[in-house]
Amino acid sequence: MEATIHLTVDGTDRSVDVDTRTTLLDALRERVGVTSPKKGCDHGQCGSCTVLLDGRRHLTCLAIAVAYDGAEIVTADGLGGADLHPVQQAFLDHDGFQCGYCTPGQVCSAVGAIDEAKQGRPSHVTDDLEADVQLTDDEIRERMSGNLCRCGAYPGILAAVREAAQG
Amino acid sequence: MTVEQQTTPLRVHSVGSRLDRVDGIEKVTGRATYAVEHGESAGIVDPLHVWLVQSTVARGRVVGVDSRAALAHPDVVGVVDHTSSPRLADTDNGELAILQDAEVHFRGQIVALVLAETPEAAREGAALVEVSYDEEPHEAELREDNATHRPDSVNPDMDTDTDEGDVDAALADAAIVVEQSYRTAYEHNNPLEPHATTAWWTEEDGRDVLSMFDSSQGVHGVVQALAPMLALDPDQVRVRAPYVGGGFGSKGEAHAHVMAAALAARTTGGRPVRLAVTRQQMFALTGYRTATISHLRLGADADGRLTAIEHRVQEQTSRVREFAEQTGSPARMMYAAPHRRTSHRLAVLDVAVPSWMRAPGEMPGMYAHEVAMDELAVSCGVDPIELRIRNEPDTDPETGKPFNDRRLPDCLRRGAERFGWSSRPSEPRATRDGEWWVGTGVASATYPAMRMPGNAARVSALDGGRYAVGIGCVDIGTGARTVLTQIAADALGVPPDHVDLDIADTRLPPASVAGGSSGTSSWGSAIVAAAQRFRADHGDRPDAGVETTASAAADPAAEEYAFHSFGAVFAEARVHRWTGEIRVPRLLGAYSVGRVVNPVTARSQLVGGLVMGLSAGLFEESWRDPRFGHVVTQDLATYHVASHADVLDVDAEWLDEADELFTPMGSRGIGEIGIVGTAAAVANATHHATGVRVRSIPITADRFLE
Ligand code: FES
Ligand code: FES
Repeated sequence: MEATIHLTVDGTDRSVDVDTRTTLLDALRERVGVTSPKKGCDHGQCGSCTVLLDGRRHLTCLAIAVAYDGAEIVTADGLGGADLHPVQQAFLDHDGFQCGYCTPGQVCSAVGAIDEAKQGRPSHVTDDLEADVQLTDDEIRERMSGNLCRCGAYPGILAAVREAAQG
Repeated sequence: MTVEQQTTPLRVHSVGSRLDRVDGIEKVTGRATYAVEHGESAGIVDPLHVWLVQSTVARGRVVGVDSRAALAHPDVVGVVDHTSSPRLADTDNGELAILQDAEVHFRGQIVALVLAETPEAAREGAALVEVSYDEEPHEAELREDNATHRPDSVNPDMDTDTDEGDVDAALADAAIVVEQSYRTAYEHNNPLEPHATTAWWTEEDGRDVLSMFDSSQGVHGVVQALAPMLALDPDQVRVRAPYVGGGFGSKGEAHAHVMAAALAARTTGGRPVRLAVTRQQMFALTGYRTATISHLRLGADADGRLTAIEHRVQEQTSRVREFAEQTGSPARMMYAAPHRRTSHRLAVLDVAVPSWMRAPGEMPGMYAHEVAMDELAVSCGVDPIELRIRNEPDTDPETGKPFNDRRLPDCLRRGAERFGWSSRPSEPRATRDGEWWVGTGVASATYPAMRMPGNAARVSALDGGRYAVGIGCVDIGTGARTVLTQIAADALGVPPDHVDLDIADTRLPPASVAGGSSGTSSWGSAIVAAAQRFRADHGDRPDAGVETTASAAADPAAEEYAFHSFGAVFAEARVHRWTGEIRVPRLLGAYSVGRVVNPVTARSQLVGGLVMGLSAGLFEESWRDPRFGHVVTQDLATYHVASHADVLDVDAEWLDEADELFTPMGSRGIGEIGIVGTAAAVANATHHATGVRVRSIPITADRFLE
């Protein structure tokens, strides 16, 4: 069964015909032709498909596209407009990647994680649930653990997120 | 025409300093296009999607493929099975010769392909294909009693067995003997980009041409594997791989899905096909590291000087294609000992085809050897660093040649100083911090320096003092595109931004695989050769358009030496006294790898290797069910790889040196050594923390609760 949905992707309005079983990830990659979000597992286990969905980080492989009619999606490609987003610049400065396949997801996840901390949302390693959240190294590691990097660029990613969070 | 050029050492300017990745912006934005992300701008119009149908038995024959229901699906356009597949001209490579007969060699083998207009329809169509089998008994379990097959050689073409002196007599006379067995688990490479191929056939000048974007570590290798099987000349196959999402060996050779894409595309009348292997399918189709059993016997005098080393290896291969991991190879060259024996025996199983995974041989072999060395250090009461230094050989024990730089002691000492080794208590189970036992461990690392034959590079003059440099190698995330730009710039004597580097296309001069830590050495040497020849032929102010293609001549002086990289890995482990939970707060590698071409990408390579070694030490295990012959843990929720929260303070450093006898750049290769010895350092640290010796990886919490 097909359905037509409307999405805003990186600032551009798109109307997309999807099979009702199509994931948001496949809708973006196969139907809209936006391949910045990557498919590392298709099962919500790696984070490479992360985008900002209505402002929050979200795994698109675990989202059925028809359920997101009208959503606003920002991928790593649309984060910075014509320039690079500061998180992306920090990834470059700290070499927070090698092959680049996890990277668009890491970048979107980092933007989302920094924002969640600013809003005071606690994580598994937050001791004081009442106080403002400080993005310590342990907090960053915990909050970024949904994004696997098989190249093992974690130390560089940590340094990048730390710097971007302070900036 | 390619000429051979004797190179002279590079005068370094950019080489040795930081240059940000030249493809960094593409990667942080996601604009980099991987194998199934190419669209109309690359000529991929209206592609079909292919889904693999895999066998559900481990051994037997396909007796029927009923595709009626699949073909009735409105968006399914075709089903290809062994009765309808295009025929191959050559079926010697049992892994690639798919759909040519009814035989099933392992569970998960490709038995049919479904082509459809959408990925959803292709997947649904695959589920609708009914395959029936005549099942035969299979064997899928590696055991000590069935690993008895002696291969003719081990990867890549090493002796299966070696025997020097009289090991048994030396062990009988030895003051101290360590005799233990060590096991490593099945491991799957799991690059983050699953294997994927876009393929299409065209006719050019009356000849068939197969074009592909493939997620490959070596595009020329894909042509060499596929072309003869498809009865094509090499120039009838074009393979490109502009971006590859990691490989770690699993994309080093074409696997069956690449042939599946080629065969499927043959049936479409020219429409391109996209074939994306799923994460689950990767566990059956794209290679893995065999489990290994290492039987180690070390004999030493009371001071820990080795008199005998024996490393007997048992592991597995697949019946359909042999691959023998060279797990015993490091024991042949690592330490001095007059008596030495190594051997490899395989269980031949009805299982998926094993293949290369980062540091095949060295990774499992050094894990076992270096834990045994730690046991020896404990037995003779010698500090583990001192023990290793005492067993330094004067010449390479394997070849008898002098090493061109063997700086293992420097690595051990330098790492020890930075890590704070001297304050380490000599007894295990000596330090507790709250609920955690704390300990430290060390292990040596080594990896052979390799330069592959069959590389050439092309240098062409452009306008405005710029140069185009082309070589058909692949950057799988290593930073090759960046470091080769630096090498080309220095070889031509221009700034890096005056070089347009073109790679990853078989229309470019030949290049060997991104594997064996040989890439920079092999491709860089060819680039230096081409640049030096270009300057000799065309001078410093060449006319735009002139070009030179050259390969690097072997240096006869290099024949006299053994070339290896070395390293020392230091780990701190904390083991929870009640739960057995293991944390590794610190991991440090100190390396001797020749000249580092780019400190930023090199650090990422070495740290990435350390992280993967940590991951092997603590998490990675593919669990095969011998009853059915498949890997049960076939996703990233059940096959654990190190995540961000597992990786604490991990760093690498290196000695300031240059090995100009090995390559004109002075570099020796860094892709693999980071994983070597790392699991042993972690294992040794957990022993030092707890006094419990675990002799298999991954080391899990339950092992400390027994
Ligand atoms: S592709 Fe969505 S989490 Fe892996
Ligand atoms: S950069 Fe390769 S998986 Fe993260």
